[in-house]
Amino acid sequence: MGLDKLLRKKKATIVRRWFDVVVDTYPVDTRRFLKSQQDPFANPVGRTTMTGLKHLYDGIVEGMDRETAATHLDPIIRIRAVQDFTPAMAVAFVLDLKNVVKSVCNEELQRGDALPEWLRFEHRVDALALTGFDIYMSCREKIFQLKADNERTRVMQTFARAGLLKIEPEADANSGAK
Amino acid sequence: MSDLPNREAFFSNIDHSIPTAKDWMDTLPVDIRKGIACYAGNPKSLEYVGLPNPRTWSCFDEDWQLPENWQQILHEGFKERLEKFRSFKVFMDICVRCGACADKCHFFIGTGDPKNMPVLRAELLRSVYRNDFTRVGKLLGKIGGARPMSLEVLREWWYYLFQCTECRRCSVFCPYGIDTAEITIMGRELLNLIGLNIDWIATPVANCYRTGNHLGIQPHAFKDMLEFFVEDIEDITGVNCMPQFQKKGADILFITPSGDVFADPGTYTCMGYLMLFQFLKEKYGLDITWSTYASEGGNFGFFTSHEMMKRLNAKMYAEAKRLGVKWILGGECGHMWRVINQYMDTMNGPADFLEVPVNPITGTRFENARSTKMVHITEFTADLIQHNKLDLDPSRNDHLKVTFHDSCNPSRGMGLFEEPRYVIRNVCNHFYDMPRNTIRESTFCCGSGAGLNAGEDMELRMAGGLPRANAVKTVHEQHGVNTLACICAIDRAALPPLMEYWVPGVEVTGVHEMVANALNLPGQNERETDLRGEELPQLEE
Ligand code: SF4
Ligand code: SF4
Repeated sequence: MGLDKLLRKKKATIVRRWFDVVVDTYPVDTRRFLKSQQDPFANPVGRTTMTGLKHLYDGIVEGMDRETAATHLDPIIRIRAVQDFTPAMAVAFVLDLKNVVKSVCNEELQRGDALPEWLRFEHRVDALALTGFDIYMSCREKIFQLKADNERTRVMQTFARAGLLKIEPEADANSGAK
Repeated sequence: MSDLPNREAFFSNIDHSIPTAKDWMDTLPVDIRKGIACYAGNPKSLEYVGLPNPRTWSCFDEDWQLPENWQQILHEGFKERLEKFRSFKVFMDICVRCGACADKCHFFIGTGDPKNMPVLRAELLRSVYRNDFTRVGKLLGKIGGARPMSLEVLREWWYYLFQCTECRRCSVFCPYGIDTAEITIMGRELLNLIGLNIDWIATPVANCYRTGNHLGIQPHAFKDMLEFFVEDIEDITGVNCMPQFQKKGADILFITPSGDVFADPGTYTCMGYLMLFQFLKEKYGLDITWSTYASEGGNFGFFTSHEMMKRLNAKMYAEAKRLGVKWILGGECGHMWRVINQYMDTMNGPADFLEVPVNPITGTRFENARSTKMVHITEFTADLIQHNKLDLDPSRNDHLKVTFHDSCNPSRGMGLFEEPRYVIRNVCNHFYDMPRNTIRESTFCCGSGAGLNAGEDMELRMAGGLPRANAVKTVHEQHGVNTLACICAIDRAALPPLMEYWVPGVEVTGVHEMVANALNLPGQNERETDLRGEELPQLEE
């Protein structure tokens, strides 16, 4: 069987293991919850991650454009960008898919004729990881913008709108907050 | 094959400590992270209200400049509170660690940090309680879940007591009704005894004590701002809605959080109040007054100590008494209502000089407010609509597809579920509730309550707000919801950035902004824009 065919056939196993790898980046006590709670509103992190991985896997196997990839990757990275992860840890799960596939499809990959399909698969995973870094950066930039544009700033703007205050361009939005 | 290192090698030099199930106590020292923790209270603010140990310090410093006998102060403070507050003592004793609350906290769900499980948050205090006040704890030590207070434990207290918004969601699921919010309240009160507070709480408290509101705005500026709204409304409707200020002998005193007066988009809700009162004055002779002295409904003293909450709350009754009004009408605020329903009556009451609130227009007697003498504006407006006293054109809100965020305090603190929904359904034509396990008594917090709506803790706020945002996203995708309504000033400040990050395309509004946009004022011009100055849907063709 060719690798592509096998990747389709083993989808359920691979996605489940990929999900486990992502969940393992969380503290031990959190993992059980992320895996067992099926309600998407009680467990947005677990369910968003699972849904995203499924779509991404399909896309990697069948091919997808960058925009579709970003649509499915964004919700996962957006969460990880505000959690206790370094940039590398926030995004590395994408690359982990290679190891998952290697372990699930080990035998088939030993055969020389799987190489072209494997290379294409690898290339797609790498491209997805790079997209992940772009998304991560845009999330962090958004966070910094929100920090700068905090409530204190908005109060000043309201005063300015009412003509009760002139905002100096160099005024520090955080002055007073230590 | 790929020559990437395997993931173990890849991560070998990344420090990511993982607490294990049983040994949560062994995870010290806690790593206090930027983006999660808030800046320390400004010493000037602490001094102003006489809070202990004012100094310039930072939680990221090694030395927190504590008083020498800080452990003794905490121990005695703990003891005093156990004797004074029966609920506190009970909550320290009765938890059976069943875990029902564990996954109900938005901060646990969003951050994935197990120490944000309510049961562990409560264990912060309980472990020290066992050590200091129970024989078993003293005897068994760690095996008995006890540990002595230390600098490391103190840091852990600080970090996790300021990752709780006192929202009470966990208490809804606890079979014993243990309210972790109350435990956080006590914990923060203890921390304050040795000068550990955050600036986003301490400075509003000092401001409120000085000028009557969180921003420290003086009476003339408060008045200027309302007059500016009056001008804006006149531009839009052609009607002058000038309110009365501290009018002696008025029927009703109106008090709202200052956020409505000073920060967008709350300001549009404030314009809504002004228009509603103008309508009622014209039609039915309503006699209502604002006060530049009681210019704050919110009460950050609630996040500091019982004593501070009482001091800041006192002005409401004091001003009502001074003006000689019959009762108090309260604006769209969150924690103000918890303070009013849970504490005000015993702290600063009984308000015998006030009357049981009766709506002068409908004759409805608000029995629920018989003791506090204070009515929530959505109760008041719902009553008016029910009696057909308002002239409403909901089609002016036709461009809005609305969902409603139950703010923690009005919902879990006073059971206000139906009134805001009833009002919304009457002033706009498209309303969609979020999934059942995310609203009403199970509502998810905005993630920024209890003084955490600062700027420096934005990662915490976004993570904590994720469960709420996730539910909004669902109705946004399913029904095209573009408007998130709420009845809390902190929500109006906290939800816009939350939406910007998680669900772009959803705007935040107060309920009375929508009321005012639908309300036909006597003598008004043809309305061309809404209160935000945006063109009305009927006109765009
Ligand atoms: S009160 Fe709210 S924030 Fe605090 S532990 Fe309970 S659920 Fe979490
Ligand atoms: S639900 Fe109540 S009894 Fe159970 S662990 Fe939580 S606080 Fe303790």
